[in-house]
Amino acid sequence: MSAWTIGYAVLLYVAFVVLVGGVVYRVALYQFTPAPLRIPTMPAPRTRLGVTMRMGREVGLFSSLFRGDKWAWIWSALFHVSLLLVLLQHLRYVFVPVPLWVRLESPFGSYAAFVLVISLAGLLGRRLAIARVRFVSAPSDYLMLLLLLVIGVTGTLMRFVDRVNIVGFKAFILGVMALHLQPLPLDPLILVHVASVAGLMLIFPFSKLLHAPGVFFSPTRNQVDRSRREGGMRTGAGDEPETRPTASPVVREGGL
Amino acid sequence: MSDIVAPPLSDYVPTPNLKPDAMKAVRPFKASPEHQAALGFPGTLVEDWQKVAIKRLGELVEGSRALRVFLDSCVKCGACTDKCHYFLGTADPRNMPVARQDLVRKVYRRYFTWAGRWFPWLVGAQDLTPDVLESWYTYYHQCSQCRRCSVFCPFGIDTAEISMAAREILDSVGVGQKYCNEILGKVHKIGNNLGLPEPALRNTLEGLEEDVKDQCGADVRFPVDVVGAEVLLITPSADFFAEPHIDGLIGYAKVFHQAGISWTVSSEASEAANFAMFIGSHEQMRKVAQRIREAAIALKVKRIVVGECGHAWRVAYSFWSTLIGPLDFLDPRYPQPQHICEVTKGLIARGALKLDPSANDDKVVTFHDSCNVARATRMGDRPGGQFTVPRSVIRSVCAHFVDMDPNTIGDKTFCCGGGGGLLTDDLMELRVKGALPRLSALNTVVQEHKVTHMAAICAICKTQFSKVLPYYGLPREMVISVHQLVGDAIVLGAKD
Repeated sequence: MSAWTIGYAVLLYVAFVVLVGGVVYRVALYQFTPAPLRIPTMPAPRTRLGVTMRMGREVGLFSSLFRGDKWAWIWSALFHVSLLLVLLQHLRYVFVPVPLWVRLESPFGSYAAFVLVISLAGLLGRRLAIARVRFVSAPSDYLMLLLLLVIGVTGTLMRFVDRVNIVGFKAFILGVMALHLQPLPLDPLILVHVASVAGLMLIFPFSKLLHAPGVFFSPTRNQVDRSRREGGMRTGAGDEPETRPTASPVVREGGL
Repeated sequence: MSDIVAPPLSDYVPTPNLKPDAMKAVRPFKASPEHQAALGFPGTLVEDWQKVAIKRLGELVEGSRALRVFLDSCVKCGACTDKCHYFLGTADPRNMPVARQDLVRKVYRRYFTWAGRWFPWLVGAQDLTPDVLESWYTYYHQCSQCRRCSVFCPFGIDTAEISMAAREILDSVGVGQKYCNEILGKVHKIGNNLGLPEPALRNTLEGLEEDVKDQCGADVRFPVDVVGAEVLLITPSADFFAEPHIDGLIGYAKVFHQAGISWTVSSEASEAANFAMFIGSHEQMRKVAQRIREAAIALKVKRIVVGECGHAWRVAYSFWSTLIGPLDFLDPRYPQPQHICEVTKGLIARGALKLDPSANDDKVVTFHDSCNVARATRMGDRPGGQFTVPRSVIRSVCAHFVDMDPNTIGDKTFCCGGGGGLLTDDLMELRVKGALPRLSALNTVVQEHKVTHMAAICAICKTQFSKVLPYYGLPREMVISVHQLVGDAIVLGAKD
């Protein structure tokens, strides 16, 4: 067993623990931090179902960003969708046998790599080109994009240009998962790709990448407008009265 | 008018090129030790202010899911950067919402996150230095907490929440803002923001009764402290004496009069405004709101109706049940506060008001959605009622109504430029420049549709517009209360 193999296996274990542990810790903090006042951005849905749909539009379609900045929306939508397709494609390296749906998704996931790289370049380009965005960018904002670009470019090269020993790599990954190490193919592209991914996993719980779980806990988006749900409220405004008394007449918590 | 020059009005407000530090010198007067002491805040900058401020920041984050999520989640996408009226009007990059948030976020990262503790240069974390504290004071008093940025943020990050927290921290180390804190002191001591004592209030309202009698011959009452009245009216104290607010108050009185609803104001709680929201102090906000609960119980009223005031309606609609609820002593059919526009719309729908819209035929009216009403409350039973209810009221009493550019109304409405505790003369330059986006849209409908009046339902908006319209060459009389239109259209005597 080479030092590379052991080193990379340890790196992946550490990265995995940090990613999962860190995100769970952060999400628990969000969950258990009180939200004493109701602050949904109005107009807000009056029901949980409505809020679920609002959140679905935010997470699935980036609806607020669409209203706010069309170019940012285009680049980030392309980035997130292609990232999702590429990640799904990567499931073929952890499943034995590879499920049919993963095999069917594979071509989409493969070619999405180009979109991924282009959209990252677009995001980086606008961060550099727009003075307002440049003003609020820290070094880490650029470095995260560069790290993702390194991941995307090395991945694309391995898939389309310089085919590496992917079978050997899958054996390594399965070995890591089974706690039974297999040798890591010593290809520079693999080494850079995997180290960069591990780096991304490591910084995830300590950085703005927390926007991914964070959005679900954002009180302005996930709170129900139910200030008038307690008892049968008549507004006198000529509309149908709301008659949906809740179990507890007064809800002191503005959260879920 | 001073030497402040308003930017030119055009149909389209361009996103300005950055002018760093353009507004660095514009800051409100600081609160005196007496104003601070009245609210339980230190009178001057405390000795170990840095420690105190960081501790308070930690406490606030632990007590607010919003702060926790907002401070973590911003990806610096820039969608908010051209949405703030103060940025559009001043070009100071610190008035971009994300840059404003970052003043606190950088400090939060430095002291409360692993990355900021070990790699501050990498993640843009910053020590809490005297300069940073000063920049907080400056730029968190250039935010009207209007929430427009939060509408466009993919994560719903609300700069208002961060701005409120920053002001709370500033208060906790002894650096308060004179305008807000002095006013809160008056509320506690006298009962309203203006420091209008009970005899003066009674006197003013008696004078109003005479004025209305002279004007239209009807005995419209403006009752004070009437035990057993059906409605307690909670309205901003500006309604009692300021123009154009007072004509709105006359409108409410005529509505109640004709509908036969007995009502009263309270001398103990003669103020709807709750400036504690602006300074981010939940404790103060609860205390100020508690007066209203106590007044409602003492006067044995069945309903509470809130007059034309933006942030007061936010506090009443969204926060009362948490702060002072349950209001279980009220009529179970009206267990929550109602907005005066809801009351009027309901009465119009029932045919309980005799209206003659031709009284307003000399006007072409547009409507300014006040930020707190638009983005933090509702009226009626459907989402968006806060937009449709007041417009419906206006249309019932006025034949000529035109909306402004759709990108400047509804939940995309622009702040008047004076909200959030900034309605003070020491911030005049900010107020004039911050009004640019709203007044550009207004000017467009003035040019294209001959609009003569802009109706509003917020005391701050009305005062702010009266003051800044002349800077843009528009007449100050353009801004009116929605209930002035209603009051002028009501035909008294017809149903008495």
